[in-house]
Amino acid sequence: MSAVSTETTANRVGWALASFFKARETGILLALVIIVVVTTARNPNFLFSGDGFRDLLLTPSILLLVAVGQAIVIITRNVDLSVGSVLGLTAYLTGRLFIDVPGIPIIVVFLAGLVFGGFLGLINGALVAFAKVPALVITLGTLYAYRGINVLWTGSDRINASDMPKPFLALGTQSILFIPVLTIIAVVVLIAAGWYMRNQRGGRELYAIGSDPDAANLYGLNVTRRVLVAFVVCGALAGLAGVLYAARYGTVNSQAGSGFELEAVGAAVIGGVAIFGGSGTVWGAAIGAYLLFTINRALPILGVQDFWQRAVVGVLIIGAIVLDRLLALRQSRRLVEARDSE
Amino acid sequence: MTTDLISGGTATPRVYKDYSRPLWQRILITREGAVYAALILVIIGATLSVRNFGSPITMTYLLLDVTPILLIALPMTLVIVTGEIDLSVASVVGLSSVVLGTLHQAGLPIPAAALVAIVVGAIAGAFNGFLITVVGLPSLAVTIGTLALYRGLAVGLLGTTAVTDFTEFWTDLAKSKIGGTGVPTVMILFVVLLIAFAIVLHFTPFGRGIFAIGLSSEAAKFSGVHVERTKFILFVLTGTISALAGIYYTLRFGSARGDNATGLELSVIAAVLLGGVSIFGGRGALHGVIAGVLLIGVLGSALRLANVTSDVINIITGVLLVASVVSTSVLNWVRAKRTRPGEPRKTR
Repeated sequence: MSAVSTETTANRVGWALASFFKARETGILLALVIIVVVTTARNPNFLFSGDGFRDLLLTPSILLLVAVGQAIVIITRNVDLSVGSVLGLTAYLTGRLFIDVPGIPIIVVFLAGLVFGGFLGLINGALVAFAKVPALVITLGTLYAYRGINVLWTGSDRINASDMPKPFLALGTQSILFIPVLTIIAVVVLIAAGWYMRNQRGGRELYAIGSDPDAANLYGLNVTRRVLVAFVVCGALAGLAGVLYAARYGTVNSQAGSGFELEAVGAAVIGGVAIFGGSGTVWGAAIGAYLLFTINRALPILGVQDFWQRAVVGVLIIGAIVLDRLLALRQSRRLVEARDSE
Repeated sequence: MTTDLISGGTATPRVYKDYSRPLWQRILITREGAVYAALILVIIGATLSVRNFGSPITMTYLLLDVTPILLIALPMTLVIVTGEIDLSVASVVGLSSVVLGTLHQAGLPIPAAALVAIVVGAIAGAFNGFLITVVGLPSLAVTIGTLALYRGLAVGLLGTTAVTDFTEFWTDLAKSKIGGTGVPTVMILFVVLLIAFAIVLHFTPFGRGIFAIGLSSEAAKFSGVHVERTKFILFVLTGTISALAGIYYTLRFGSARGDNATGLELSVIAAVLLGGVSIFGGRGALHGVIAGVLLIGVLGSALRLANVTSDVINIITGVLLVASVVSTSVLNWVRAKRTRPGEPRKTR
């Protein structure tokens, strides 16, 4: 009895280990670890000073949230280019709420950010799902429109740190057990999203829709509703990121978060989320986000001028998709061999 | 693959020539016709209501401002008609600007430096094309990567400095007008390119091949179109023309910077789609695209003159883009509802 159970446990551990080492995400994680180790060897302050450790965890947390939302949308074979504008708009909303409603509880501001972001995502999703127009075009349009509304609303105005309450700003710098609060929020969201995408029916349906929308439709999945929900979640996460952005940086102008859409798509792609949908995980996207920002910080320490960091990011993205292509080719060759040998 | 991604899974609409309507309707009531109508309405409205809009100087600046978008929109139209996309164009503009600047600073005369910059643009385009056609990667992902890569090279080469000591002859040429008219000299270059691209796209077998690829890449391949080669050529062309636009951009503002024209790719794509090119591929015409670029340019210029915050233009660009695609899709839906079962669907 007991022998059998230990054997299955051993099997399970072995299986888990094997799938861990085979996973696409492991490679990216390894790259991240190598960069951290090499940079730390160059300059121990990168990891071992209080600030270094905190920044390592803190800086990518905001992008992580956006990248997780982006990954969910990309998995359904769509894309959301408006996330940067959604982030900027909610960041400004956060500041405005603190100014216009003195004494507003912080939790209400968080909820407002989530709901407002979700609403902006709903507009994207409704246009994509009901009008059957490609997501690339719709979200390119709303990227402009949301940013324009932001500029119209903000003008040359700017939210300063003094406009926001101290406890809220403290969220952006505080740590619990050496782990920054923002990182904890981001990781909780990541775990929830990762669990949902892996274990829940809704999550699996998103993958099914991404692999073949027509087949998913024929199979009886509610494609419209699922895609709509994916966009709402993506918007809500960008909204949450906007609130955190305000807490982290303290100043918000009309250009907050511009360019984030490409960073988020880049993080997802580097993390192994296939741009044509149906594969990849939010974990990968999260590691991709960390890799992107960690490289940015590591380059100056490694003696590369930080002007070159965008080029390195580009090389990373291209390298990641070329790698995915090679892996896919190998996989299909193996499957063909397996079929022929039967 | 990319077509599928962009289309969000809906089947590519077939284009049927609708011979059931009279000729004038077929010519006037089209997607392009709507863009023209909007353009004319905006011009009339702006001339009547905005002071100084009708003056020649306004038109000169309008044309000078939209020239980079006009130039890049030409090859971009062809790329999108094949169902692919190139997001790296603005980064190529920046890269060519920096190459021009650094070489000129090193003592090379401008024509020679410009030639090198154009070659660099062609190489950048060829690299995109290689990854997309030879390695077989989706163009959206590749060009997001090269968007970062080319911009990174541009910023890396020049840092935060700018090269501004260009020979006056060339910077003046970029801003000059033809004789006493208000038309910028650079328009000659544009018109020549426009004619060349229009002939290639609409009147050659190569151009028909481009449409065929957009409608069905598979079918095009079986009917003898060199799908991969065509796409490769188009990406090289896009890189080359983007570099050309970069040289113009640099000379016009007299400044070569790594972050020149950041975000321009979105304006170009918005204008192309607004001009009636289908993101699914297989449909579009260059004259519509030109009208689309001008529509965005005229709106922006009129609003600026009317002292509206220049960024309201962003809202208008975005809303126009969304409205134009949604309206097409709603019209298709209405038409499909009205068509009795058994008849072919008249989609457009």
